Amino acid sequence: MSAFACKDLTVGYGDGAPVIDGLELDMAEGAVVALLGANGAGKTTLLRALAGLEPARSGAVFLGGRDLTNLSTEDRVRSGLSLVPEGRSVVVELTVDENLRLGGLWRHRARARKAAVEEMYELFPPLDRRRDAAGHTLSGGERQMLALARALMARPEVLLLDEPSLGLAPQATAQLLGVLRATAARTGLTVLLAEQNVTGALSVAQRGVVLSLGAIVADRPAAELAADPALRHAYLGF
Amino acid sequence: MDRFVFLLSAGLARGAVLALFALSLVIVWRAARVVNFAQAAMAVAAVYAAFAVTAATGSYWAGLLTGLASGALLGAAVERGLMRRLPHHNPLPGIIVAIGLVMVLQAGLAIAFGPEHRPMHPPFSERPFIIGGVPVLSPYDLFILIAAAVVMGGLALLFGRTSLGLQLRAAAFAPETSRLLGVRVPRMVTLGWALAVATAALAALLLVPTELGLNPHAADLLFVNAFAVAVIGGLDSPVGALLAGIGVGLLVSLVTGYASAAAAPLAVLALLTLVLLVRPGGIFSAKEARTA
Ligand SMILES: Nc1ncnc2c1ncn2[C@@H]1O[C@H](COP(=O)(O)OP(=O)(O)OP(=O)(O)O)[C@@H](O)[C@H]1O
Ligand SMILES: [Mg+2]
Repeated sequence: MSAFACKDLTVGYGDGAPVIDGLELDMAEGAVVALLGANGAGKTTLLRALAGLEPARSGAVFLGGRDLTNLSTEDRVRSGLSLVPEGRSVVVELTVDENLRLGGLWRHRARARKAAVEEMYELFPPLDRRRDAAGHTLSGGERQMLALARALMARPEVLLLDEPSLGLAPQATAQLLGVLRATAARTGLTVLLAEQNVTGALSVAQRGVVLSLGAIVADRPAAELAADPALRHAYLGF
Repeated sequence: MDRFVFLLSAGLARGAVLALFALSLVIVWRAARVVNFAQAAMAVAAVYAAFAVTAATGSYWAGLLTGLASGALLGAAVERGLMRRLPHHNPLPGIIVAIGLVMVLQAGLAIAFGPEHRPMHPPFSERPFIIGGVPVLSPYDLFILIAAAVVMGGLALLFGRTSLGLQLRAAAFAPETSRLLGVRVPRMVTLGWALAVATAALAALLLVPTELGLNPHAADLLFVNAFAVAVIGGLDSPVGALLAGIGVGLLVSLVTGYASAAAAPLAVLALLTLVLLVRPGGIFSAKEARTA
């Protein structure tokens, strides 16, 4: 059964041509899918539209058979769909601990929330050392960890990630993607991972989809996509 | 020396009221990124409600509660009914609507209750205690200080220690990120307005008995001074509002006592200019924060 799907999704800015045009996507429960595409292909736009931050011109979004199309971003999140947005989404005025708690407020009562926060500190030891540090004092890698941990606090069913490796050293990227893969395997979390770091993304995903001109132009098992030079060359430019 | 002590203690109570009102401006600013130019008119409308209830029941405390509640309701109603519907990419529509609201409220209050000053009686004596032959705070001044301290302490606990406060802060700093974490941001903005106008109503309610009385314009000067205080403290900073409020209250009291009442607004203006020259964001503004 599909955990997450969008049907005929069309998104655009102003009255310009659509950036996402009639896109269809279907993800099985527990799947980790890499969303690939050149700069400006529309990955961010797609993820924001799925989360309800950009209004869709048409189409529908389903989570576990439930239609989310008319829900606000807040209510989509409360239905189990989380987005870790592009760039530094940490609330820099709040501490690490406050950021984490914020992620689980609607999900957990006080005691369970505390346990969930501790669980995240175990998952991300560098955050544990900086519990009371203000967000703006964190490094880029720590911020990405915090953004991911904060999204996991809500125990989402589906997690959308927009370029978590942006600006990170290879080692930090590998660590982050490793935690992501382990969490997905352990909890059955469904992940849609938008990445420029094709190799990294395909190494944690089972499946890769390539976005170009507003639609999905290739949808293959990750290993096949990584191994096919013609395809890589055509859509990913290397 | 006696005179100095007296002026200091009088300035303290005045400063507490200023700080409360400035804090109310800071709360709206942080919740909605607008300076609410209608805050004084809205606060005075709530004070009229308090006045009416006190007149009808004979109880100052019933009036006080009514004033707080109607301030909160009015704040929420103005945010839901007016401010939310305005475009947010530029501050001008919000300012124009707020000024329009001032005119409507003040004219409406004058039509309903008349333009005259209605004396409001404080719940405690305004005769100062004499300590060692020196007149210091009056019981009413003491009440003002305690009320202001309780409200500020309560707000500090609410914002700093509760989940609701965490959501209020997050929604103010990073609305989009907060929505992505399931925070109901529009509700937080409404709540911010309600808290702010209730706080402003309390400040006006504490002030009016020490002045000529209740009139649709009774809080206008308070607004002007508190706005200066909020800017001096850094519009973003509750601690700045508190310290600048006390500081300006003392300054006004000393200048009024040693020079003249007419010189006090000039002193406030001079201080404001000086602070803006040295630190354009206000003394306690946080500069590092938002770039993302
Ligand atoms: N706020 C906006 N207003 C107008 N056009 C936009 C806006 N955001 C993005 N676009 C346009 O939409 C298209 C897709 O952009 P998007 O950010 O979704 O691409 P992306 O695949 O995430 O790129 P990258 O890999 O560089 O992050 C681009 O042509 C971009 O110029
Ligand atoms: Mg992008």
